[in-house]
Amino acid sequence: MKKIINEVDRVEEQMISGMLKAAPDYIRKLECGNVLVRNKKKEGKVALISGGGSGHEPFAAGYIGSGMLDGVAAGAVYTSPAADQIYEGIKAVSAGRGVLMIIMNYTGDIMNFDMAAEMAQMEGIEVDRVIVNDDVAVDGSLYTTGRRGVAGTVLTAKIAGAMAEAGAELSEVKAAAEKVIANVRTMGVAINPSTIPASGKPGFVLEEDEMEVGIGIHGEPGVYKAKTGTADEISDVLLEKILADIDYSGSEVAVLVNGCGGTPLMELYIVNNHVHDVLESKGIKVYKTLVGNYMTSIEQEGFSITLLKLDDQLKKLLDAPADTMAYKSF
Amino acid sequence: MKSDRIPEVLTAMSRKISEKKDFLTDLDNAIGDGDHGINMARGFAAVESRLPEFEGKDIGYILKTTGMTLVSVVAGSAGPLYGTAFMKAGMVMNGKNEMTADDFIECLNAAIDGVMMRGKAVQGEKTMLDAMIPARDAIVSAVKDGRNFPEAVKAGVEAAREGVEYTKTIIATKGRAAYVGERSLGHQDPGATSFTYLLETISEAL
Repeated sequence: MKKIINEVDRVEEQMISGMLKAAPDYIRKLECGNVLVRNKKKEGKVALISGGGSGHEPFAAGYIGSGMLDGVAAGAVYTSPAADQIYEGIKAVSAGRGVLMIIMNYTGDIMNFDMAAEMAQMEGIEVDRVIVNDDVAVDGSLYTTGRRGVAGTVLTAKIAGAMAEAGAELSEVKAAAEKVIANVRTMGVAINPSTIPASGKPGFVLEEDEMEVGIGIHGEPGVYKAKTGTADEISDVLLEKILADIDYSGSEVAVLVNGCGGTPLMELYIVNNHVHDVLESKGIKVYKTLVGNYMTSIEQEGFSITLLKLDDQLKKLLDAPADTMAYKSF
Repeated sequence: MKSDRIPEVLTAMSRKISEKKDFLTDLDNAIGDGDHGINMARGFAAVESRLPEFEGKDIGYILKTTGMTLVSVVAGSAGPLYGTAFMKAGMVMNGKNEMTADDFIECLNAAIDGVMMRGKAVQGEKTMLDAMIPARDAIVSAVKDGRNFPEAVKAGVEAAREGVEYTKTIIATKGRAAYVGERSLGHQDPGATSFTYLLETISEAL
């Protein structure tokens, strides 16, 4: 394992200390553990809390700030944060108008967030949740766990965050998040795995000419292995599945070409170039494009394509101001 | 089993999990996200560090505190599941200083209910339940046949091991292994495996 780290056991802690030093205006850490909240709490709004395992940076702490998240609980690499940590986060961000948890659809995350919500509700804090499940690689009908939450979570946080910042009620913020979830689809591919520092072993092994198709964000194997191809060919595989999942024809979309952490922007832009061409040929209008490392899997090489079908409300919320470490919209 | 023996069992559990840490992680790597051994070892090490607090405490207190520690330190999926299992067992043992075979069955019943409720899973989905439920059933029937506590738990361990073998033959529908679909076939479930290790340590202590 070749990594730029110190002790394996202190990866998360030292990363968070580094983040705090990089962005003291945006975030502060709670005493109880790896729970981060806005440096300047905004009172009188619905609070948004998210999180998950570490290793997805800038998700989730990078999206704490005005117009997006209020707090984040960060677990160990690829491991859901513990319920008691999330609970502390909920208490810290609660500003009197309810707390919405934005959870990615993983068994561990849901169990811990739900336990945390139960604890907070016992103290009279109103808590509701949305579960992001944008990954079309997993057939939701076959496997009862359903689809994973992946890069579409960033757009969910952006849009729900804009709604909350504008002073909406908890039910309205939740409805906006649910609308994103209903209209966002993602699929990813990896050409090289990631290695959890504490494990020291790669999540899967590929031959030189192989790729994992339909990966999640935890360095796990995808739905199947396939021979690699050109950027356009690989993108077509992903787009085909995404476009078959909901009817995008004639609609406007936001495109997110997301890097897994180890893929250069050069390649992501090559992908984006083709994505735009394909969408144009199908009469789908691109309203907004994001290209970059928004939801990573440590050093994994690969990318995902996310399409969010937009209406006027979603366009407005997507364009609303956001000021966080990793997502800025002016 | 008296309450003063419980810390010894927890230490043995911690040792066993730590020994099997890499193996559990490898199992998880094949079908999940490769952190089960790491997280369990971290959790049981934390439990071990709390053993001095357990002196003179009843079994219920010890199991509940163990459960809370696992929730908080293991995190992931195994944290809430094992944490809930230990906390539910702790409620059964509230105020008790000795555990009989019947108590142990009650503990397993409560733990299984807790895991099913928290994980929204049933038997046959390639989870820890595929070891827990057969183990409980084997212990119940062994006790019915008049076998003593250690013999009954030994039968439970056998059934748990068979349950682990069974998980190789089925496709995961819960947890992260569900995402690899049919590729989960042939692999044993890490959670069923770690449960079997825990039961083995109990059996060895009896």
